[in-house]
Amino acid sequence: MAFDKLELRDIEVWDGNFAAAQALRQCQIDVVAAYPITPSTPIVEGYAKFLADGYVEGEFVMVESEHAAMSGCIGASAAGGRVATATSSQGFALMVETLYQASGMRLPIILNVVNRALAAPLNVNGDHSDMYLGRDSGWIQFDAYSPQEAYDLNFIAFRVAEDHDVRLPAMVHQDGFMTSHTAQGVKTLDDDTAYGFVGDFKPMNDMLDLDHPVSHGVQTEEDWHFEHKARQHRDLMLNVAPKIQAAFDAFEKLSGRKYNMVEQYSMEDADVAVVCLGTSVETAREVALEMRKEGIKAGVVGIRVLRPFPFMKIAEVLKDVKAIAALDRSSPNGAPGMLFNEIAGALFNTDTKALLSGYVYGLGGRDLTKAHLRDLYKELQANVDAGKVTTQLQQFIGVRGPKLAFL
Amino acid sequence: MSEMKKIKNLKEFSTSADRFEGANLLCPGCAHSIIVREVLNATNDDLILSASTGCLEVCTAVYPYTSWDASWIHIGFENGSTAVAGAESMYKALKTKGRLKQPDRKPKFVSFAGDGASYDIGFQWISGCMERGHTMMHVVLDNEVYANTGGQRSSSTPIGSSATTSPAGRKSYGEKKNKKDMVSIMASHGIPYAAQVSPNKWKDMVKKIQHGLSVEGPSFINAISACTTEWKFDPKDTMAITDLATDSLVFPLYEIIDGHELNITYRPKNVVPVEEYLAAQGRFKHLFKDQYKYLIKEWQERVDAQWAYLQRREEARV
Repeated sequence: MAFDKLELRDIEVWDGNFAAAQALRQCQIDVVAAYPITPSTPIVEGYAKFLADGYVEGEFVMVESEHAAMSGCIGASAAGGRVATATSSQGFALMVETLYQASGMRLPIILNVVNRALAAPLNVNGDHSDMYLGRDSGWIQFDAYSPQEAYDLNFIAFRVAEDHDVRLPAMVHQDGFMTSHTAQGVKTLDDDTAYGFVGDFKPMNDMLDLDHPVSHGVQTEEDWHFEHKARQHRDLMLNVAPKIQAAFDAFEKLSGRKYNMVEQYSMEDADVAVVCLGTSVETAREVALEMRKEGIKAGVVGIRVLRPFPFMKIAEVLKDVKAIAALDRSSPNGAPGMLFNEIAGALFNTDTKALLSGYVYGLGGRDLTKAHLRDLYKELQANVDAGKVTTQLQQFIGVRGPKLAFL
Repeated sequence: MSEMKKIKNLKEFSTSADRFEGANLLCPGCAHSIIVREVLNATNDDLILSASTGCLEVCTAVYPYTSWDASWIHIGFENGSTAVAGAESMYKALKTKGRLKQPDRKPKFVSFAGDGASYDIGFQWISGCMERGHTMMHVVLDNEVYANTGGQRSSSTPIGSSATTSPAGRKSYGEKKNKKDMVSIMASHGIPYAAQVSPNKWKDMVKKIQHGLSVEGPSFINAISACTTEWKFDPKDTMAITDLATDSLVFPLYEIIDGHELNITYRPKNVVPVEEYLAAQGRFKHLFKDQYKYLIKEWQERVDAQWAYLQRREEARV
């Protein structure tokens, strides 16, 4: 091989962006087509530097927009090789057209999404507006809560996405700044072990197989469009979750680090539970332990895989909980929050008597403090004690001005 | 460098192995299929192709059929050029890494798009591809209108043409803006090769396609594509209309090498008045009313001025 390996310490101090960049290096990406945007830029800068220093071989295509970045990724992936890029926020929004095209064409591209608010008003900080925007796009969506997870989930994402029974693109989400720019200890895999876990890229319907021409991205109207979309949905509903679970299991064997479709913390006997995504999971875990010292049996559920949504698993995990808070870090703009709706859907038609309320928090990078969560757990306990939801169903927390609550 | 295909005559050319099938849904008389066949038949090299959304795309790859016997991709309206650029980047990566399945074959990368997908919505993407220096060719099938969506004006629609969004009417002569000079803009990227071609001048076209495919870096081809539906002429007259376009110098044939060296490649023996070109098409019918005849005169003056400019550029060798 014409590139050099890097010797990593067992534990490196990396932020989420650099952890993702290291993972891309170790996966030996063939083509990265990218466009800079805060806070995800250091991921592709990292790949470019590894390329410049001879620690990876491939092509870095610095295009003129995020739309072109994903367009180039689609062309490169259809040509037959390993492809990845990164983006955030407005860049993600600009990509949306091509996200649907990538998944509909069944191309296993990996997109690192460093979550950031969507304008207007313009804001560079972390919330989940971009992640939520992608949820109907036909991609697999993994959510990392820390630099370690941003590193690990990239390997898992490639292994699942490139599986010939899956052939779907995957996003690895991490929170803007809170994860992407916050250095923490990251347990590493050595280069050979990491690459071995992902394996060589196995092309399928590759345009560059000159003896077997293929047509990608053809037209279907009312005669076939529905069948294609239905098949993609079926694969997401039936094929992907077992593949993800298998990849989680294999990764645990390799690294000792265990991932689950739905992460549970202090949930064995929990009366009240917070369900959330991203860095908020870690904050909630701490608060839950503190609440337990005060006699409130608090637990936390973290969504690890947003798509395909772990519908049955959510129902199972929450079935004995008495009061649940769904935390959404994206403005629903005229509806209950996404997690509120998904969880309500998962619990409906079950025997649960759980009380469900929704909270919108942290927009544009506003902190979710431990004090917020303490109040929230107390509200949940009050709901349990009263046998009904004592607040309105949707509350905004951490926003200035008179209390905002709806429904 | 690609192996140049030797083509002696039109019969041989028209019967050579076809990687674009006659089985497609394009209108009878559509010049798109003629141009695509001429481009593909100009080379024996393997091809990686794309089409942006438009007539060519919707008429040649309707599942479960395809008219393409070479690898082909369509993503969207604006990004066909970048699709091919991505594939070309993967080719380079796999070549470096020794993973090409046929390492001794060097495919050519060609994107096809209409004028709407090139002059308008895909402009930025094409500019990016040209600027970055991908070894690829972008071919515009320039029918001067959004034909696939039913005849709306694009920035290639010429002044005085009646399009559905710039219709001629009681108080309007139709399109008010002159056609964008796309070849100059693309040449200004400093690309190795840019040219205008016309399917009626097939030898000139083949030569230019072969030139474009032989260079390292991007090439840009603007092909006039007479549209029987939107230009409003009888489908049997496609080549006659195209002859009028080239022989009236409304559509001059030239090339620009390395962004500056301009060569005129076709000089009609008998230059036809622009009026004859306009008179042959329904889209210009209203210009022959008394109040708009001044526009025909202006057309002729503009074409004369452009021809003089091209000749001066050619002589100046700058």
